[in-house]
Amino acid sequence: MDAYKDFQGTKWQETIDINDFILKNYTEYTGDEKFLESSTEATNKLWAELSQMFVEEKKKGIYDAETKMPSQIDAYGAGYIDQKLEKIVGLQTDKPLKRAIFPNGGLRMVQQSLEEYGYQLDPVTTEIFSKYRKTHNEGVFAAYTDSIRRARSNGLLTGLPDAYGRGRIIGDYRRVALYGVDRLINERVKRFQECDPIVMTDDLIRLREELSSQIEALKALKRMAESYGFDISNPANNAKEAIQWTYFAYLGAIKDQNGAAMSLGRVTTFLDIYIERDLKNGTLTEQEAQELMDHFVMKLRIVRFLRTNEYNELFSGDPVWVTESIGGMTNKGRSMVTKNSFRMLHTLYNLGPAPEPNLTVLWSDRLPEAWKKYCAKVSIDTSSLQYENDDLMRPQLGDDYGIACCVSPMRIGQQMQFFGARANLPKSLLYTINGGKDEITKKQVLPKHWVEKVSGDYLEFDEVWEKFDRTLDWVAETYVKALNIIHYMHDKYSYEALEMALHDVDIVRTQAFGVSGLSIIADSFAAIKYGKVRIVRDEDGDAVDYVNEKDYVPFGNNDDNTDQFAVQIVELFMNKIRKRKMYKNATPTQSVLTITSNVVYGKKTGNTPDGRRGGTPFAPGANPMHGRDTKGAVASLASVSKLPFEHANDGISYTFAITPNTLGKNRDEEAQNLCGLLDGYFLQTGHHLNVNIFDRQLLIDAMEHPEQYPQLTIRVSGYAVNFVRLTREQQLDVINRTIATAI
Amino acid sequence: MTGNIHSFESFGTKDGPGIRFVIFMQGCPLRCLYCHNPDTWNVKNRAYEMTPEEVFKEINKVKNFIRNGGITISGGEPLLQPDFILELFKRCKEEGIHTAIDTSGYLLNDKIKDVLALTDLVLLDIKHINPNKYQTLTAKPLEPTLQFIDYLTETEKPMWVRYVLVPGYSNDEADLHQWAKYVSTLPTVQRVDILPFHQMGIHKWEQIGAKYQLKEVLPPTKEEIIQAETIFKSYGLPLI
Repeated sequence: MDAYKDFQGTKWQETIDINDFILKNYTEYTGDEKFLESSTEATNKLWAELSQMFVEEKKKGIYDAETKMPSQIDAYGAGYIDQKLEKIVGLQTDKPLKRAIFPNGGLRMVQQSLEEYGYQLDPVTTEIFSKYRKTHNEGVFAAYTDSIRRARSNGLLTGLPDAYGRGRIIGDYRRVALYGVDRLINERVKRFQECDPIVMTDDLIRLREELSSQIEALKALKRMAESYGFDISNPANNAKEAIQWTYFAYLGAIKDQNGAAMSLGRVTTFLDIYIERDLKNGTLTEQEAQELMDHFVMKLRIVRFLRTNEYNELFSGDPVWVTESIGGMTNKGRSMVTKNSFRMLHTLYNLGPAPEPNLTVLWSDRLPEAWKKYCAKVSIDTSSLQYENDDLMRPQLGDDYGIACCVSPMRIGQQMQFFGARANLPKSLLYTINGGKDEITKKQVLPKHWVEKVSGDYLEFDEVWEKFDRTLDWVAETYVKALNIIHYMHDKYSYEALEMALHDVDIVRTQAFGVSGLSIIADSFAAIKYGKVRIVRDEDGDAVDYVNEKDYVPFGNNDDNTDQFAVQIVELFMNKIRKRKMYKNATPTQSVLTITSNVVYGKKTGNTPDGRRGGTPFAPGANPMHGRDTKGAVASLASVSKLPFEHANDGISYTFAITPNTLGKNRDEEAQNLCGLLDGYFLQTGHHLNVNIFDRQLLIDAMEHPEQYPQLTIRVSGYAVNFVRLTREQQLDVINRTIATAI
Repeated sequence: MTGNIHSFESFGTKDGPGIRFVIFMQGCPLRCLYCHNPDTWNVKNRAYEMTPEEVFKEINKVKNFIRNGGITISGGEPLLQPDFILELFKRCKEEGIHTAIDTSGYLLNDKIKDVLALTDLVLLDIKHINPNKYQTLTAKPLEPTLQFIDYLTETEKPMWVRYVLVPGYSNDEADLHQWAKYVSTLPTVQRVDILPFHQMGIHKWEQIGAKYQLKEVLPPTKEEIIQAETIFKSYGLPLI
């Protein structure tokens, strides 16, 4: 069969151009969900087998782990759940849920995580990576400055990817299906040969080495597919092959790299083109199409990485961020929703709710009404979706971008980011007040006299603001240095060859900085300017507590005076970053996102001038502080929507929870009002929204009786988790958060 | 001119179609035994004193959220402050914003008629159909509300009618029949809601130091709610 039979357009045939292929060939769907089919017997059986393994996995922490052979694209040979039932095949190791090891990221991390689960790393492997092969982690620490070490160990910069894989790179996995691996290899070889100038600079040497690695990775990908009996040299011929080829490409990436976030991209509508062709030709039924998607998604649900307990405390619930972006509009204003968009969401019914893949709906108020309503219904039933503003991102990124990790948009196959965790803003404010000294460890973190400590009895706005500005200069400087070192070393010791082989050679790179505790900072400055804050000092003369002698309006009540602080600080910090030189000349960006690390950041930060007690979790991402947004859901959303995306291009995350009863009186009204909320928030240029719909009582019950809620899924900052897999501390944090309720 | 305002809810979903920006006005002439906002009774206990323009600015800040909804003035009894509402509604109508008023219908005068002319929907509590029991429940007579309804009918004003179901006070079967029969004669009623009594307002009674008489009353059971619904439906009332 001719792989391209019935496909329209020629540009995508001449050059690698998936976007062109999709636009010329996809079939927009404006109908409702009635066509969807339920799960097949094979699907139910496979999922039941896995569900049993999940129980054991939860009990032991991990199901099983490799202890000797480091993971590579073709390291482990074929593995199956139940071969005769699987329509889509391929596992990370030889057994489902068995975790691979990636010592080139950092040996200690591998040893430690194995030991925490009662395994021991093979002595030969240990010897190789301690004696003969340097790791990313060692590289970073070989270059770190004292200032970075101080900022890091005192919790000013946290979660830096210096001991784990940076992730947030999305290979264009669709290219393998549409073009076959041989064509991709040939393009690379051609570029490699052309890259032979008279003057061989550092940059070009590095490019040549990277291209060689990419070609090797593509060859390894072919070998891996062969071990499952597939030849993926050539383009996929039908829907089943297209899904299988795409999955192999993704599987290769997760065998090659243990990145913090290993996102899938935007494959749903691409795959619909193949499914539509097969349906038209009569070679596939709707039930078979759904079964293929169910089996594909099942594989995405069992992606696992071996991680330490410390890492799990930061990012709990074993997230992988297999983020898939669905829907959105074309540049010309046509909806990109297809029947397969529905099928993808429908897996949440056929297999039950689940945190992965991280299903992300690209929202526009112009999307078909039936689709919007279906999304709202799925959110109400499963709390498994997140939403991002297509109208905000598309003008900048075109109509073939996807979300990496939680909220980070990038053009698929044309853009990558250097991920950089986040800086603790509330701590920066406390340093400002105490002259650069940590309020908990009492260590001098900023250079002496970088800022003079505040000496009065009350916090005066002008003084604090001016000194805070100066503190942020140091934070930005130190932060940029850290990220430049980290990514230099990551490229050197843990290069993502396969993922980069599935990009264009010449790409846009961003370097993504982040901030945490934004609402605390906004509230603190509102308290200082519009309220009255008295300082309480300890015997050393350090400010350790604050008394709010006059009320202020907190962030989240749509009060421009307070909200303006959040807006200003996002811009201020971004501008301080912008001034500096980035690794590989990347474009700096910023996110307002904490993932679940808001709990740990809070623990490491003392009392703050907004009235927050020391140790209390920060609000996640851009959320208002718990319980302080008292004017209802819309006011809260309106406040967050003011944050400027142009200064936080890497995303602004808001995790929202509401009870079903507050949304409306019956199912239909609930869905309609949720659509209204989403439309309103995104029209007011909000960027991201996690939508949780449940009663607090349900969560309390799930905390007490976890065995009864194995699949209860909730959205946390930028991803979803099985609620019962959160630590108790995090469960309580979620329960204590504002859940919008009717009065 | 300013309005005395008790509070705002930016995400109302029960007080009119779509998402509502709800303004709770301060002050009420009724003294309903089951009131869950007794802190709105005294007109002087306002939390906010704002001009119509200031309130309109707040509404404008969420205009994208209420495209398919609108604003609802609730209370207290909002029609105690018709001048304020009139100015606010004029601004809303200039911008094409849907307006609703949640009222007991106890007050009617020329100023209020002007307000109603700018009101797209009236949410009306008919708290009881029996005049004596109405008086017991609200400390005010039923008659003015019936006149108010007559005026709404004359002017063809769309209505959503609400009934708070309080066991022992407003769940007598014969009363429910009579209530439903009466409401079924009103041509502009678009929707009828049964609001089950709840105890969530109890702490507010304590706060204002008033004696709460319904302490022992339990919320209606599911069966009791279904029974009331069945009676209402038998008269063809548009229950949601």
